[in-house]
Amino acid sequence: MVTAMLWVGGVLASPEQDRLEIIAFFGNRFGDLPLDRYVLGSMMVNPDARAQYDSIMEFPPFQADVDRGRTLWETPFRNGHHFADCFPDRGRNVAGSYPYYDTSLGRVVTFEMALNRCRRQNGEQEFTYEDRSTMGVLTAYARTLSDGMRMDIRVDTPGALKKYEAGKALYFRRIGQMNLACASCHIAHAGHYFRDEIISPTLGQATHFPVFRAGEYLYTLQMRYQRCMEAVRAVPFPAGSEELNDLEYFHSYLSNGLPLRASVYRK
Amino acid sequence: MADPMRIRITLQGEVADVKVLIFHPMETGLRKDPVSGEIVPLHFIKHVIATHNGKAVIDAQWSQAVSRNPFLNFRVRGAKAGDKIGISWQDNLGESASIESTVG
Repeated sequence: MVTAMLWVGGVLASPEQDRLEIIAFFGNRFGDLPLDRYVLGSMMVNPDARAQYDSIMEFPPFQADVDRGRTLWETPFRNGHHFADCFPDRGRNVAGSYPYYDTSLGRVVTFEMALNRCRRQNGEQEFTYEDRSTMGVLTAYARTLSDGMRMDIRVDTPGALKKYEAGKALYFRRIGQMNLACASCHIAHAGHYFRDEIISPTLGQATHFPVFRAGEYLYTLQMRYQRCMEAVRAVPFPAGSEELNDLEYFHSYLSNGLPLRASVYRK
Repeated sequence: MADPMRIRITLQGEVADVKVLIFHPMETGLRKDPVSGEIVPLHFIKHVIATHNGKAVIDAQWSQAVSRNPFLNFRVRGAKAGDKIGISWQDNLGESASIESTVG
């Protein structure tokens, strides 16, 4: 059983052990594929889908939305400062370090929370995390500044480990009327068919958000978590909640070392 | 008025591969507004013309069957760097737009 692997004899495995076990598990399932390939999700085992994806990504239909995000990013606040002032290197190659655990706050901080913190610290109202027209398009652009960056999530304090473990517990917990955990599909049945779709493995998932479903409908990672929760008929946690932040923390750690690419097409 | 069109042209030998993204709601007239319950009126691009150095190479009649934000991709033979490619459309409500770009 997958869950037994990660809870070795009652002692909680470390994050790095978890990550390596997951990689070994999928290596068994999918064979000797280069790790980077996992960022494609189910397209990694479907060459036709991959070809269509490459063709659409040559000229993405959602470019107008990303450009709107760019306008939001580049427009100065009322006090004259910019989003770029809040991040090292004007916001380039930072998104792969999020989420991180803030010891003084005692909370996991996501990239979207950092964007809102920037607004708040500069006297502007925070955006709603589920609002596509503000936070959606903003993060759709801002994350592209980190395209190519390898995910680098740190879990290196006891407080951080506690939040990581909370996210992991949620990942493996059966929820909803359908009584399914994230792991039920994205580990146990990764690569298998669910109706007419191939289920993507959890490895690589956190690298490629937000996505534009059908090239049009923007979903951040936490909005996607909400859709999954609804799909198993559970009441979704709000985006920006501690539960989803902790889940994102755990989920992102698993993709450490894989290249980030934001604002991509999905079916 | 929708966003302006996006156009991208790549020249492969003497063939110009033209990709155009047109932003348009392309309403079928059968959809109901989820809030008001009213039918969303028919609104679609009727006529598309693509030109190469002013000469029409595509003259298309579209219908409401074409999906929202149509993507048009075509290749023109006998193209060289500096040639002009133009796209223009008119819809059933009298709106129109056009764009012009240069090959190479």
